[in-house]
Amino acid sequence: MPIILDKVSHIYEADTAMAVTALNNVSLVIPDGQFIGLIGHTGSGKSTLVQHLNGLLKATSGSIYFNGEDIDAEDFDKKRLRSKVGLVFQYPEYQLFEADVFSDVCFGPKNLGLTKKEVELRAYEALKLAGIEDEYFYQSPFDLSGGQKRRVAIAGVLAMKPDVLILDEPTAGLDPRGRDEILEQISKLKKETGITIMLVSHSMDDIAKYVDRIIVMNKGSVMLDDKPTEVFKQYERLEEVGLAAPQVTYIMKALHDRGYDVRIDINTIDEAKKEIMSYFAKLSAAKRGR
Amino acid sequence: MLRDITLGQYYQTDSIIHRLDPRVKLVATIAFILSLFIFDGVAEYVIAALFLIIMIKLSKVPFKFMVKGMKAIVFLLAITIVFNLLLTPGEPVFTVWKLSITKEGIRLAAFLTIRLSFLVIGSSIMTLTTTPNQLTDGMESLMRPLKKIKVPVHEIAMMMSIALRFIPILMEETDKIMKAQMARGADFESGNFIKKAKSLIPLLVPLIISAFRRANDLAMAMEARCYRGGEHRTRMKPLCYKKRDFAAYAVILLYLAAGLMADRLVKMVVVLL
Repeated sequence: MPIILDKVSHIYEADTAMAVTALNNVSLVIPDGQFIGLIGHTGSGKSTLVQHLNGLLKATSGSIYFNGEDIDAEDFDKKRLRSKVGLVFQYPEYQLFEADVFSDVCFGPKNLGLTKKEVELRAYEALKLAGIEDEYFYQSPFDLSGGQKRRVAIAGVLAMKPDVLILDEPTAGLDPRGRDEILEQISKLKKETGITIMLVSHSMDDIAKYVDRIIVMNKGSVMLDDKPTEVFKQYERLEEVGLAAPQVTYIMKALHDRGYDVRIDINTIDEAKKEIMSYFAKLSAAKRGR
Repeated sequence: MLRDITLGQYYQTDSIIHRLDPRVKLVATIAFILSLFIFDGVAEYVIAALFLIIMIKLSKVPFKFMVKGMKAIVFLLAITIVFNLLLTPGEPVFTVWKLSITKEGIRLAAFLTIRLSFLVIGSSIMTLTTTPNQLTDGMESLMRPLKKIKVPVHEIAMMMSIALRFIPILMEETDKIMKAQMARGADFESGNFIKKAKSLIPLLVPLIISAFRRANDLAMAMEARCYRGGEHRTRMKPLCYKKRDFAAYAVILLYLAAGLMADRLVKMVVVLL
């Protein structure tokens, strides 16, 4: 179910003195099955953009097509759209409200009007996908740890069985371990289900390892939209707008500048490790040869 | 969608009204409200209207923002008008079945409408031109004499300023949670009364929890800065009267005097003509 944005603009408090242009002529194609990173500085319009994708915000001008249908059309079923495009907000654990984890996850599918059996089945699957163990199912969501709460909240959206899953800063406020757990879980989910995933973040380090396309937003416009390696090559432009390439890219660049012949288009620690090891292997092979 | 409430919403601009001491504005508002209840004649209301128009002009706040506050009382106004029109005894002008609209009814309804809308607009001028902090500072200062009879003036003022400060925050939070639940297929609009009330649970539970969390954080932050009530607490910006504030008090007195003598003024004008 591809999503197409055609010259979408959004102005908050239009027609008042406080008017703010949050999105400015954004055109994008989001095909099936991609793993996309949406990056931008605070206030660059990322969150506004993702709220358009499931129809929570209405574009001031421009149109959005989901599977070829205009989502602002009179007869378009927004509720169906929201079940197909799942949006996990920032700090999603603050929307938990039920007495136990399982019923909270049931909330989404129940709103879709499914049978009780189907609802429970979906909730169970979603909790499993989000990596929640059975023993937590009947605990109060408020007794869980921060990372667990967040996973329960993600399961709440997964239970709607979306074709596109958008996560707005899913790692905000988590410790490094919680962050890695969530990101690994999302990456695993991507492998298992093959759905389109969009990860919103302002940290390149978080997403470089996982995504296969990066969209960089700046002041409401799309600044870059390419494969990660291509985006990170332009790290100077990224720095201008308050972003940065992953730290390891800088390390490789520094090594290269000091005369070590290593590749610089590297964004993950694993790749860097391999590259450095192979460099030393080459070096010692050359020494032995001499 | 939830940002339509003007009460407690400060409109940032620079005007003489904005710069006035909050105490002056409080006294002026109270005087204006009282005057609305004392006045009952066309001439008096013309004076009140003139006063209001001049204040709106001076405040440089777009009239649109004042009217926003009116939205909240439209329902109240409608009820008032209907009841006064239909249930005031007197000389009938128009009769349908057993109900009749009387001359006195029309007069009463008109006055009440004007009274209520002036009241709302008048107090919006104060809240639009005064930050919540200034407002509570002003109140604390005006109520200081009550301390003698053991009224916890500072505590009341502090509670009010916190409550006012939290209105926009909680609004934003409500908006956020609403959106998050809508993303999970929640429906806050359709259905009958019971269904609607039920649909609010996923909104209210997280909202209340977050309000408690915020209250807790705030209490901690206050304690970390050694807050311990009003005793010996000094201010960064103490309130002190300037020349313009005394001038403003004079204007208020002038307005009240003009209003109370409106009848005589009208007669004088008539005689002079």
